[in-house]
Amino acid sequence: MNASDTLTGEHFFNGNIASAEGAIAAGCRFFAGYPITPSTEIAERMSRRLPQMGGTFIQMEDELASMCAILGAAWGGAKSMTATSGPGFSLMMENIGLGVMTETPTVVVNVMRGGPSTGLPTLVAQADVMQARWGSHGSCDMIALAPSSPQEMFDFTVRAFNLSERFRIPVIVLSDEVVGHMTEKVVIPPAEKIEVVDRRKPSEPPGPNYLPYKAGEDLVPPMANAGEGYHMHVTGLTHDQRGYPVITAAAQVELVTRLCEKIRRNRDSIIKCTEVDIEGAEVVVVSYGISARTSWKAIRAAQRKGLKVGQLKLDTVWPFPEERIRKLAGSIKGFVVPELNMGQIVYEVERCAAGQCKTRLVPHPGGEIHDPAEILKAIREVSK
Amino acid sequence: MSPQQAGNRQVLPANDISAVDRDLSGTVAPFEPDQKYAAKHPLDPLLRPGRIPHIWCTGCGLGVVLTAYLNGIKKAGLDLDNVSVVSGIGCTGRIAGYIQLDTFHTTHGRAIPFATGLKLAKPELKVSVISGDGDLFAIGGNHLIHAARRNVDMLVLCVNNFNYGMTGGQAAPTTPVNAKTQTSPYGCWEHPFNLPYVAAASGAVYVARWTVLHARRLMESIAEAVQHPGLSFIEVISQCPTNFDRANKGGEALDLMHFYQNKTTVRNGIDPKEADIGLYTPIVCGKFVDIQKETYDCCYGNMCTVAKGGKK
Amino acid sequence: MKYWREPLDKDKMEVPSGKIMIIDARCKGCRFCIEFCPRKVLEQSTTFNEKGYHPPVVARQQDCIACGFCELVCPDFAIFVEEKSSCKPEGMISGSRTTEVAAH
Repeated sequence: MNASDTLTGEHFFNGNIASAEGAIAAGCRFFAGYPITPSTEIAERMSRRLPQMGGTFIQMEDELASMCAILGAAWGGAKSMTATSGPGFSLMMENIGLGVMTETPTVVVNVMRGGPSTGLPTLVAQADVMQARWGSHGSCDMIALAPSSPQEMFDFTVRAFNLSERFRIPVIVLSDEVVGHMTEKVVIPPAEKIEVVDRRKPSEPPGPNYLPYKAGEDLVPPMANAGEGYHMHVTGLTHDQRGYPVITAAAQVELVTRLCEKIRRNRDSIIKCTEVDIEGAEVVVVSYGISARTSWKAIRAAQRKGLKVGQLKLDTVWPFPEERIRKLAGSIKGFVVPELNMGQIVYEVERCAAGQCKTRLVPHPGGEIHDPAEILKAIREVSK
Repeated sequence: MSPQQAGNRQVLPANDISAVDRDLSGTVAPFEPDQKYAAKHPLDPLLRPGRIPHIWCTGCGLGVVLTAYLNGIKKAGLDLDNVSVVSGIGCTGRIAGYIQLDTFHTTHGRAIPFATGLKLAKPELKVSVISGDGDLFAIGGNHLIHAARRNVDMLVLCVNNFNYGMTGGQAAPTTPVNAKTQTSPYGCWEHPFNLPYVAAASGAVYVARWTVLHARRLMESIAEAVQHPGLSFIEVISQCPTNFDRANKGGEALDLMHFYQNKTTVRNGIDPKEADIGLYTPIVCGKFVDIQKETYDCCYGNMCTVAKGGKK
Repeated sequence: MKYWREPLDKDKMEVPSGKIMIIDARCKGCRFCIEFCPRKVLEQSTTFNEKGYHPPVVARQQDCIACGFCELVCPDFAIFVEEKSSCKPEGMISGSRTTEVAAH
């Protein structure tokens, strides 16, 4: 990776371009994707930038192929990424599961749009949040980040790569059409100032006793790449520490527990929230993505009217900040959850609040961002 | 039981595969090389210890394909640390689990895009995709035609047993008309694919078909194909004595092998269009296509030169 | 070996000869090796291996020409041939050319 590939400087980018540049700054040199509005700019940017730096760009025949190609590339040693939107995200589900099961580091950017099905290809929604967590079959814990600005698209994409390399899991960047297409100032630091995490490699040389899926205290096994002589077997079937399929309950218990625990045990280092004016607040607005910015206008209006309102912006949507919500619920009147869907993260908030305070959803099926007046109305109702 | 010698026949202790596979306490013992056998098969170093006998049925041709593949890559003189095998789901898909190299057992139909990513990220790897007819031509059909179109440098070895064997013998896109399967109990009514024709039409640069009986020619074809730049496609016709051939009264595995012996003609160089297969009708096999075409890597490399400001 | 016409290089020609090794425990009794040996060297035994199959047994070791086809066509990695030093044709017992397998 060449430091000069990072586009250091102040730029005027849209969110998608910022995400592509973030990937490059994090060391991504393989992109496989399929055009889908509103994420296509990421693919187009990568098609222009990656060949300039010896990276690989390939437009695959569909999203399923894209997801598989990035998994294969990761095993070839590359940091890889794809970008899609709702319909493509649905197609990728099976192979996101393959990535989780084989513990393959990669990044999937989902620039959410109106759904279900073809929906509103060019207009915003935030309705894939639960899908990012539960979309693939089987039990697994996922990591999903939710940027709210082009600057965050850059920063969170870099973070997504670092988390994926550290925890050997596909990480989802849950953007949305407005954040992806809005153009703002993006400051890219010099390459040496950007923290980049690489996957841990095995400490022992290749040999007959190598166990590719043996993990230490952190529950994340070191990862060898193809062509390094380790001759590992990687399979989507339930497997043991050798990587060989073992079709029994005991193997399932051991493997799946570890896959979930490696995220759960490290929640504290993964979860990030941005809290503003939480101290002394009576109402907390829990939001993410573009809704966090829309609700800010409502919060300011409420504060001018003398209401004590704060914002908990979810920088990571998954794992969900359960402890924080639980703790806040005990001392406030209620949560207001504006989402561009008919209710998804609100259920997590409700669950964690456990009846200690009110939880009020401000839904919108998408197509446009919330009217801040609706959020203000909800804040006033909760603060009564 | 200690090995006794009776002429050349060695009575050997049981290969107690359960001893290795059932230890699931999380502290699985490291590999035990098969020292239980007094004799070491020449391919044992390329087979994962403790995994043989494999799960395939008695008389299944997959063991022959595996033997041919391992002998083929040895014959080709490849650097085995750089050989990767990617397989899909199905009986053939299990092949990756037996090979002591970097092997990947991916999702149904998606071996080829996975292999594409693997190869493009690390071009020095020699990547082979070994999978079944359903995996490669039904769910994976789209990926196959695009990989052939792009001419990605890999070997695609398709074992065709005319049905979905692993799940019990359902109809596949290669099931011949009138054949009985679990999902065509009155006889298959759909036209099947002619696999070499599809591969050649999509752009594959090396296309061949052999049967499991043609073990030596298959091995040599694999050795040739794995060194051929671009997408090489080899179809291997295999019996499925448990499902397809039992349902269609083809006989035991040995009967099918005799059928391959008596009813196959080798016709190298013909137009793959003429290589249709019916239900137990004569089979044409051979090397049909062997051409040179710019590989994906080469074309991509040229484009990168342009991207960096140079000329092609 | 009985010839229909004696080859001119009969004195110089060396026919390879092989020692067949069978791993009984792996055999699944498919009989491919027995059936397709061009020299009919193998026969099916009447004894059982641990899984209940009848592995092959070498009946005519001296006829083996180390062609290796049994090793190639065995699906179970249960048989292989080690090539011994080859011997002159006179040392072979008669075998007919028509038994050669059409497949190769």
